Amino acid sequence: MTTSSATSALTKPRASRVAGFLGLLCVATLLFGLSVGSTGFEPLWNLGSDAVAMQIIWELRAPRTLGALLTGGLLGLAGAIAQGLFRNPLADPFLLGSASGASLGVAILLVGFGISPLATQWFVKLGLTGAAFVGAVLAVLLTLSLARGVQHTLRLLLAGVIVGVVLGALTSLLSLTRPDILQAMQAFMLGSTAFVSWSSCAIMAIVCLTCTTAGVALARGLDGLALGEATAKSLGLPLTTLRGALIGILALATGTAVAHTGLIAFVGLAAPHLVRAIVTVRYAWLLPLATLMGALLLSLADLFARGLIAPQELPVGVLTAILGGGYLMWLMNRQSIAHE
Amino acid sequence: MNKTTAASGGDSLALETQRLTVTRGLVTILTDLELKIPTGRWCAIVGPNGAGKSTLLQVLAGILPFQGEVRLFGQPLRQHAAQNRARRIAWLGQSVVQSADDLRAYDVVMLGRLPHQSWLGGQSLADHAAVEHALKLTQAWAWRDRALSTLSGGEKQRVLLARLLAVEADVLLMDEPLANLDPPHQADWLMLVRELVAQGKTVVSVLHEVTLALYADDLLVMSNGKIQYAGKRDEPALHRAIETVFEHRIAIQPLGARWVALPTLS
Repeated sequence: MTTSSATSALTKPRASRVAGFLGLLCVATLLFGLSVGSTGFEPLWNLGSDAVAMQIIWELRAPRTLGALLTGGLLGLAGAIAQGLFRNPLADPFLLGSASGASLGVAILLVGFGISPLATQWFVKLGLTGAAFVGAVLAVLLTLSLARGVQHTLRLLLAGVIVGVVLGALTSLLSLTRPDILQAMQAFMLGSTAFVSWSSCAIMAIVCLTCTTAGVALARGLDGLALGEATAKSLGLPLTTLRGALIGILALATGTAVAHTGLIAFVGLAAPHLVRAIVTVRYAWLLPLATLMGALLLSLADLFARGLIAPQELPVGVLTAILGGGYLMWLMNRQSIAHE
Repeated sequence: MNKTTAASGGDSLALETQRLTVTRGLVTILTDLELKIPTGRWCAIVGPNGAGKSTLLQVLAGILPFQGEVRLFGQPLRQHAAQNRARRIAWLGQSVVQSADDLRAYDVVMLGRLPHQSWLGGQSLADHAAVEHALKLTQAWAWRDRALSTLSGGEKQRVLLARLLAVEADVLLMDEPLANLDPPHQADWLMLVRELVAQGKTVVSVLHEVTLALYADDLLVMSNGKIQYAGKRDEPALHRAIETVFEHRIAIQPLGARWVALPTLS
């Protein structure tokens, strides 16, 4: 008994060390991200002398690399909160309908304003981001009202599924009636970090920091919920307030991520799982670690998306879906073997 | 005999209900239930499946909504602020939930200290002392660093029992606390409850094992959402009531100074 507890303590590293390690890896991918692109390492060498090289690094590579880190962080955090809130390891950040809400918002905007060449680039960009965010938040509110509040987890889940299906159908309908927006819609649905600007990075950084801090402040409630709702209640936790606050954080983090990079699958689902595979921690540590893990996952995926068939690039959402799906299949197999 | 008072000699009441009714959807689970549980005693609840035992325990713990009145130390339960109530009465449920699997045993037991902590405050020395004490009482200290998922059913149960003890509440409600425990640890549990009661705590437990329930000071016999009989351990009328609610499929016999419930084979 003592030996097994000793070995488990030995094999599982300390949370702070894992955090440091993940942080270092994030910085490393950030630096590496600056040197990867259709023109290769070259701009990095000519940074001092060449204005174009400077522009490539500063205006293209830096914001998108940072954007991938921040989006991944937001999704990792949202995934960890969703899994704690719904006490379900398969919960993902888009569970409350935010993804389909964001898609519908984008579709409505595209139909309303058209993709006219007259609209300036930044106007379209800002409009799409705003529409996606508003759509995501409205979808979550719709889910909450359908579930008649936050008291019943199962009702919330079902309402989320219904909202997802119905809003998805509406989006499809819009795309069918206006085939000219199909391509723009597709680009959004696949998810991409290619168009992240410095201002997007600033917004995402602020939201990510706020949400992580708020999440850590509520982490004890998530731990309590893990014992089951009845036990949490018997411990005097204000469940309604707690759930409301957690859903607020979830909606803000997911909405912000979706608005800037479109739909990126599996990062939110896989990041908390990967953290749990490495350490056994309370939510006060799990949330920041899942944030770091999500950031690392998406920035790595982004590097691959840019490098795999360079100078062409893959939408990073496609890559995360394939990698994430594969990882989950592996996890499932390993668990079923362990159970046998 | 008094039908509703578990013991006649109790000075003050830990728990009391008046016309307690609980409905879920269209089904009435508890009907006009009246009970009095005195302070500083161990009361065991027995009865067939579906009698409403677990529901009663959850109502007393403040988890389920109810009609009628429930009083905790004389004060209506509804008037207690949630955190204040949680400090005075602790509840241990029947099922071991899977979602806690990724928590360390120590962290699970620390959750028992939630009623004593403010939202942004940290864990005090008293919290750590209470957690250590509780884990040692249930002999679970050795695997404090292990994740719940790596423990066996009985080991998990002892960690969850420690979680209950860490609350340091005056009233402890336990639903099937002996599930998954082997006989030596069942005996340990009986001694632990004796010790708690000796310290002035009140223990209310739902037990399926009637022989073990007959170690309690007082027993409540439940069926069909009602208390059919309440009395002290050695009362013959209590034994008859227990045999009746179990449709005379068990017989209660004396064995030395104790009582045993044996299955009757007809």
